[in-house]
Amino acid sequence: MPRLAGTLPSVALFALLLVAWQAAVGVLGIREYLLPSPLAVARALGASDIPWLSHAWTTTVEIVGAFLLAGAVGVALGIAIAWSALLSRALVPFLVFVNTLPKVAVAPLFLLWLGYGIVPNMLIGALIGFFPVVINTAVGLSQVDEEMLDLGRVFNAPKWKVFAKIRIPNAFPYILSALKVTATAAVVGAIVGEFVASQKGLGYVIIATQGSMNTPVAFAALVWISVVGLAVYGAVVLAARWIAPWAETSN
Amino acid sequence: MGDFITLAGVGMTYATASGPVEALRDITLGVRRGELVALVGPSGCGKSTLLRIVAGLRRATLGVVTVDGRPVSRPIPEVGMVFQAPVLLKWRRVLDNVLLPAELAGRDPSAHRGRAHALLELVGLGEFAAKYPTELSGGMQQRASLCRALLLDPPLLLMDEPFGALDAMTRDEMNLELLRVWGEARTGNGARKTILFVTHSISEAVFLADRVVVMTPRPGRIAKVLDVPLPRPRTVETRATADFGALSLKIYEALIAR
Repeated sequence: MPRLAGTLPSVALFALLLVAWQAAVGVLGIREYLLPSPLAVARALGASDIPWLSHAWTTTVEIVGAFLLAGAVGVALGIAIAWSALLSRALVPFLVFVNTLPKVAVAPLFLLWLGYGIVPNMLIGALIGFFPVVINTAVGLSQVDEEMLDLGRVFNAPKWKVFAKIRIPNAFPYILSALKVTATAAVVGAIVGEFVASQKGLGYVIIATQGSMNTPVAFAALVWISVVGLAVYGAVVLAARWIAPWAETSN
Repeated sequence: MGDFITLAGVGMTYATASGPVEALRDITLGVRRGELVALVGPSGCGKSTLLRIVAGLRRATLGVVTVDGRPVSRPIPEVGMVFQAPVLLKWRRVLDNVLLPAELAGRDPSAHRGRAHALLELVGLGEFAAKYPTELSGGMQQRASLCRALLLDPPLLLMDEPFGALDAMTRDEMNLELLRVWGEARTGNGARKTILFVTHSISEAVFLADRVVVMTPRPGRIAKVLDVPLPRPRTVETRATADFGALSLKIYEALIAR
């Protein structure tokens, strides 16, 4: 019950804004192609001529693919950096350089190389989202109590074992908080990819409405994007809580 | 029989950004098997460094260290270590934390489960084996840490201010607990474990030790070694005896004599 009471103010504010929006559009006579009313957006969401589920599915697959790719590559690079000083010296400047590139600018190249479809969009999402995972993984692997490592040394434990049993679990909270950022970045990447060139997905729907000035559909696509984005983010948070319940307090 | 631990002319100098710092100078000391020796000194006198040198985690820049007749040049598996912080892995249950040394040493943890349970029983944590460390109080965490140090039955325990972060009452309780466990957790030949115990509490040192080694501020040197002839088993009343007070005073005088 207190939980429900806690969300009440924000739900009330949201409802109030919707009502104010609807009223403002009506009273001020704002044209629909400039700013559609909430009811017009709702109608667009219900429109049978747009295959919403199919578009949302395409975008979801791109987001999840981008997220998994960014997570896997990010953790692997983070481990490589923490594993060996040589790899760290080789990789870090390169990664910093890649990170300073505006990744969105690379999107047309990916499409050129890989053609249309979900793969290039996944790659763009992964490219935007992997860097925080690398950094947080490397930091989490090195932020270990010196005394904990002494235990490993006393027993002459091999390096991989210290990583597997101490360093990597220790990095979990760091990795999980980076993955939350990555979940959001993956959404941006997927939509950007669809903007640049695609024939499916919610980003494509928005671009397609530009020509027809069908702004209610663009707004409806935004609603879908936030639903998908929230679902992916929520799944990451739930998975984190399930995999490493002890990590919660560190975030 | 020779001493279990010998330190001969041990010195340690660190290289730091602002030049070399001498942490330890000319430490010469023998510790008999089964003896509990407390190292007392002000903060920064190098007593923790000395423990690490004995464990082989640090190399002395001068002198020779031997444990059980063998010179120590790299980490030796004969030690169990207890630190000021419990340093338990918070993602592992208490039992799995206690079993960690077996895993790190490449032994089969399941073969040590019985002993781990017995150790947890011994320190009154039997019911907490399946709990996570964060569900335990500071004193209980430190007990679990002691169990972990004892898991592989090492002949030597190195304790670095293990109870320094606990409140005074819990600390006195843990002192009694340690002596009880020490008497009961015997090594294979039935002898007590050898314990090197670092503390900056005079009363803790006197209460626990067979001998107290008083160290000077940096560079750490041995100022005085005092025998503690108080009878064992020591009890709550031990702290109230005249001998206890007299010994504490002697150590205090040795600490401030400069």
